[in-house]
Amino acid sequence: MKYYSYFPGCSSEATAKGLGLSVQAIAKPLDMELIELEDWTCCGSTPYGSLDEREAILVAARNLALAEKTGLDLVTPCSSCFVTLYGANLRLKQHAQLMGEVNEALAVINLEYHGEVRVRQLMEVLFGDITPEVIASKVNQPLNGLKVAPYYGCQMVRPDYGFDDPESPQSLDRIVESLGAEAVPYPLKNRCCGGSLIIPEEGLALGLIRKLLENAVENGAQCLTTPCPLCQMNLDAYQSKVNSKFKTNYNLPVLFTSQLIGIALGIDPISLGLNTNIVSPSQVLDYISKVKQEANSGT
Amino acid sequence: MKNFVEEVTATPGGENIRACIQCGICTGSCPVANEMEYPPREIIAMIRAGMRDEVLSSNSMWYCLSCYMCTVRCPRGVKPTEMAHALECLANQQGFRVKGTRTPAMYRSFVSSIKGNGRVHEFGMMFRYYLATNPLAALKMLPVGLKLFLRKRMPLIPKRVKGKEDLSKLIKKLGEIRGSQ
Amino acid sequence: MEPRIGVYICHCGSNIAGIVDVEEVARFAQELDSVVVARDYKFMCSEPGQELIKNDIRDLGINRVVVASCSPTMHEPTFRRACHEAGVNPYLFEMANIREHCSWVTEDKQEATEKAKALVSAAVRRVYYQQPLETREVPVNANTLVVGGGIAGIQAALKVADSEHKVYLVEKEPSIGGHMAQLDKTFPTLDCSACILTPKMTLVGSHPYIELMTYSQVEEVSGYIGNFKVRIRKKARYVDEDRCTGCGLCQTKCPWKVDSEFDAGIGKRKAIYTPFPQAVPNIPVIDKEHCAYFLKGTCRLCEKVCEAEAIDFEQEDKIVEVEVGSIILATGFNVFDPTPIYQYGYKRLDNVITSLEFERMVNSAGPTDGEIVLKDGSHPRSVAIIHCVGSRDEKYHEYCSRVCCMYSMKLAHLIKEHTEAEVYEFYIDIRSFGKGFEEFYNRVLNEGTIFIRGRPAEITNIAEKPEEEGKLIIQFEDTLIGRQRRLPVDMVILSCALEPQPDAETVARLFNISRSADGFFLERHPKLDPVATMTDGIFVAGCCQSPKDIPDTVAQASAAAAEALAMISKGKVEIEAATAVIDERICSGCQTCKLICPFGAISFDEEKEVCRVNEALCKGCGACVGGCPSDAISLNHFTNEQIVAQMEGMLV
Repeated sequence: MKYYSYFPGCSSEATAKGLGLSVQAIAKPLDMELIELEDWTCCGSTPYGSLDEREAILVAARNLALAEKTGLDLVTPCSSCFVTLYGANLRLKQHAQLMGEVNEALAVINLEYHGEVRVRQLMEVLFGDITPEVIASKVNQPLNGLKVAPYYGCQMVRPDYGFDDPESPQSLDRIVESLGAEAVPYPLKNRCCGGSLIIPEEGLALGLIRKLLENAVENGAQCLTTPCPLCQMNLDAYQSKVNSKFKTNYNLPVLFTSQLIGIALGIDPISLGLNTNIVSPSQVLDYISKVKQEANSGT
Repeated sequence: MKNFVEEVTATPGGENIRACIQCGICTGSCPVANEMEYPPREIIAMIRAGMRDEVLSSNSMWYCLSCYMCTVRCPRGVKPTEMAHALECLANQQGFRVKGTRTPAMYRSFVSSIKGNGRVHEFGMMFRYYLATNPLAALKMLPVGLKLFLRKRMPLIPKRVKGKEDLSKLIKKLGEIRGSQ
Repeated sequence: MEPRIGVYICHCGSNIAGIVDVEEVARFAQELDSVVVARDYKFMCSEPGQELIKNDIRDLGINRVVVASCSPTMHEPTFRRACHEAGVNPYLFEMANIREHCSWVTEDKQEATEKAKALVSAAVRRVYYQQPLETREVPVNANTLVVGGGIAGIQAALKVADSEHKVYLVEKEPSIGGHMAQLDKTFPTLDCSACILTPKMTLVGSHPYIELMTYSQVEEVSGYIGNFKVRIRKKARYVDEDRCTGCGLCQTKCPWKVDSEFDAGIGKRKAIYTPFPQAVPNIPVIDKEHCAYFLKGTCRLCEKVCEAEAIDFEQEDKIVEVEVGSIILATGFNVFDPTPIYQYGYKRLDNVITSLEFERMVNSAGPTDGEIVLKDGSHPRSVAIIHCVGSRDEKYHEYCSRVCCMYSMKLAHLIKEHTEAEVYEFYIDIRSFGKGFEEFYNRVLNEGTIFIRGRPAEITNIAEKPEEEGKLIIQFEDTLIGRQRRLPVDMVILSCALEPQPDAETVARLFNISRSADGFFLERHPKLDPVATMTDGIFVAGCCQSPKDIPDTVAQASAAAAEALAMISKGKVEIEAATAVIDERICSGCQTCKLICPFGAISFDEEKEVCRVNEALCKGCGACVGGCPSDAISLNHFTNEQIVAQMEGMLV
């Protein structure tokens, strides 16, 4: 059993409900104990760091200080929370003066931080600690060659953390394959979906989302998978807007990678929050069961 | 602070801009380069030229998606993404009004939501954002918003956490520390 | 004779005097034991500076000298010479480094002055105990070894050999010629590379004073300046050099094709081959790893068709030992492999090629007979050339490779000459610094090549518009306009960096020379001694020292030859006297020192059962001194007494 301190991120209770549910659902079967960080607050994400960098680091540091008390690695499934917490941690460790200022403020709420926490992202934990081999061994509902486009997004692999190649990452492909699915070649797998600019610059972001969907379809994908809450929302919830703006008719389910893993582990759809996906994942589930039936009936 | 270059290099995130050789690989890699008033490489050139007002009132850095493609490809280790964040902070803290983008308003709603709840309440943030910018635009968002709501991805009531009080205290203390500097 | 010490504190302009209070240090020195005179002066290494020392030796009877100035590696020889000229043994001289060790490493004037005093005091105490020593002279072997048969090695070998002194030229490929033989035309004059190179190659091949060993490598080097012993392995060619007539029939008939290294992988050669038709020597080699006989025991077709009966499958490597007085390293460069730059698509996308591959393509003697073709055999209508691939990039090589701007423009000119294609040059800066270079840039501009200032972000085949379908699309910022643009082209040439050879570390270790941070061989001084290395008697020439073009390579090779010839002409060299001495009365013959010595300078006398130091080989490193369990070894000029005195002086 591997123990981790768990930082869900604000969206995992709201727009990324499916992520929040499925991560919890797959933890035990994969021998992970994800202990939710008690009384965690928002990491701040890009917006806070773009308005007041010193306040932003402080807000992030509160969570780091809480995590340090647990003595465990701090794992988050959200790419943005990861970039923010990892970046704040690095900056604090490199600048003693900043660490001093942050601790001066943290003292007011009886906390302090010494730079001992290791911030990690869930995909890196699944790839590095759990490993695709072990995941494969726990699969009891192989995905039967389902063609999946593995969409990394930006902040899972950039800036370069030394985990996966920023230009041509492979970790998600390996995880998809470990589930018995086929990871289709997907050249735009690490390109931007528009991120939070979907709100203030919708037209711009829809153009980027469209490119991603087109590239997935061109390469034969039946669905997309992604770990990032914002990417999933953009590709999933805004797919209909892409269709109306560009007169296309994409109908690609976008599953959180934790949801895809959950299906392969045989967990029921409700526990994985598959009913929260906007573009219905039923085509994916139907495909898997159809192939299973054909295999069973010996055709 | 003798000049604008020094001001930027003294801001967290802007430290490495002196190494820039103006090769343009950052702009070449940027998914939104042509939307910005001035692309990243040009912003650095303008910083060197001391064009403080033009840079801080431009909409350039607010378009940054934080995709980090520029950072990964820059041959000199400049980190343009972090520079964009530094410029956004300078612009915000010094009260520059930006035309041609609503991103600052969205970021401000986001941060208000954090301060008010301890965590981001997405519905509340959107509500505040549209109220501040363009209430009618909220109607266009309705189809997506409704779908998300029906799939239980848009709770209307925020979850307030105890940590909210902590955040208020922290921010207040930081204000005192800053005041004394 | 009672020591009478003269101390001289150098200002070195403001280098020292700007931080250290030199007058104060001189005053301090004057008060030290046995110091007769202490002076300070602006530039001790200058003529008047040295005169100060010589005058004091003559007029004040100074018999030991301390100069507090720069590093001994700068001017120890200068001041030792001055002492010698005035009649004082050069080993009764000591330098205190109050520049690199003092004024250049702090801004604190008081701290610097105190340290300078300590350093001077240490030097004064040490020089008191120093002993006069005599340098030995050893004869210089008049042979020269040149390692590497590219244009640098060829030039150096010819220059030395023309003086009627023997040169051994060792080249690891089957033929000399190096990278220059692969080029088509050379900038800025557009000379045909082979046309200007092959005459020199022929001269080398037939020169009475050059012993050419191709398909050979140096395996071991021992000795010292003027007296090197080198062991060379001549790899088996499996062709008898004395019988082969160079008719080429074996190559024509051999059925086994292999990717040609000479053609940068875009052409083929046979398992028995000469790299190119003008090879010197024109004797093929059999590539064991691809020959059917060696792999499976079959074929032997070459043997059957060879009229001279020159094929010899039983041939073995030959070891040759030579003795030379100096060595010139001219091992050249390697071309950067752009595969790690994923976003440029090399080896991933068709029609993205390196500059060297393109040179072979555009060369009329190359695998495509000089036709510029795409993978599908058609001609490109648009070609982009991208500068600085692997250069000026902290992820690969921080340095600029110096020649790429010029060769890129040359390639543009050649494309315009051979085709109707549109040519685009993507640059960051244009470095056209040499003679005729700017004029060449002007010419290329006027021929219609389009120069775009912007380092491309990526090369992709994912089209966004109809006109991009089926093309390679370059995404970049046109920085002079300030917009991101996409340009579809048919072919992309990557102007790759010049980097050190992959075995540079091994070679450096073999010859006991250093490398700079970028991996190239280190010259003794970047401005004033660019072909010597820190190892006496070993010189460097050409791109193995740093990227450069052919004119600079030839100049540097001639310079290295001149250095070798200067040694040969003088006929003798002085050997440093600071060597180890074993006291045979104390030595117990345990041979620990022999094991420790990195230079093989210690031998064991079986009869007397003691160890002995070969002064010529000894480099005075002191390892044996520290290692001897009986304290039987002392180091001339670094005795315990001298060092302890120095330490005591430091702690003043």
